[in-house]
Amino acid sequence: MPDSPLSATRPTSSGFSLFHYASPQTFFPLAGKLLWPSWLIAIALTIAGLYTGFFIAPTDATQGDSYRIIFIHVPAAWMSMVVYLAMAFWCAIGLIFNTRLSFMMSSALAPTGAMWAFVALWTGALWGKPTWGTYWVWDARLTSELILFFLYCGYMALQAAIDDPRRADRAGALIAIVGAINVPIIYFSVKWWNTLHQGASVSLTQSPSMASTMLTGMLLMALAAWAYTIGIALVRVRAIMIERERNTEWVSRLADAQGDTQA
Amino acid sequence: MNWESAGHFWAMGGYGFYVWGSYAVTAALIAAELYLVARRMRAARELAVRDARLARMDAGKRSST
Repeated sequence: MPDSPLSATRPTSSGFSLFHYASPQTFFPLAGKLLWPSWLIAIALTIAGLYTGFFIAPTDATQGDSYRIIFIHVPAAWMSMVVYLAMAFWCAIGLIFNTRLSFMMSSALAPTGAMWAFVALWTGALWGKPTWGTYWVWDARLTSELILFFLYCGYMALQAAIDDPRRADRAGALIAIVGAINVPIIYFSVKWWNTLHQGASVSLTQSPSMASTMLTGMLLMALAAWAYTIGIALVRVRAIMIERERNTEWVSRLADAQGDTQA
Repeated sequence: MNWESAGHFWAMGGYGFYVWGSYAVTAALIAAELYLVARRMRAARELAVRDARLARMDAGKRSST
């Protein structure tokens, strides 16, 4: 068989390409396959985490049982920061490589990130009342987390306000990337400023300052929050793919297949 | 085991309002998010099916004339 000039430049089918899953039509079925594992892992870890947190971890000597809020407060606060960094990462990739899927990933993460930021603030308030005597103080940690919540809201509001998706993506990317500077500020706020909020109970450099069963419960819940976030972001990104690529051939084919089974 | 009875468990050592207030709101938000995402997916699929059907009808009309 003679070699055509085209086949020399085309990647071979056996060669792995990093950009293979960067297009919506190849990522859509992959995301669908990853869904159920994410949900099952999230459910299993939540059950294990709640059981450890409520039935194995002992009552705290100074805080009593109020400390059990930690099993959602800390994972939610972590996720609110991780999700924001992931959003900024996808926006940067989208701006650099001009890949439309990257921006869809960012949009898919925003509502869940906002939810985690709200949960961190809400549970923090309910934990602050019995331990500090107040639901809210304007200290560095709390204020910077509130700003994170507003950044999520700003990103979503801006995207919703601009009709042209490409312009909406670029405007949103600006908020996501510039706002990322707030994440290290949240993280280090308890070191840089004198805050009412306690320092980190868990860090990479020191052994954790809490009972090991408490720590186990918290880490299980943190992993559960990861799995949930991955699952919900995958569903949302699939919905966004269909919404945005409705008039492309691959979505039409998908819709035809579904329309036939419904009929 | 930490709890002598179900009553003790729900009381959370006197911190029931704060602990369950945290867990209940988190659970409600997650339930709401799951519902909204499922609804968004269903709407997107329905719209895509409708568009594909319209496109097919359009193509059929053009080829018959």
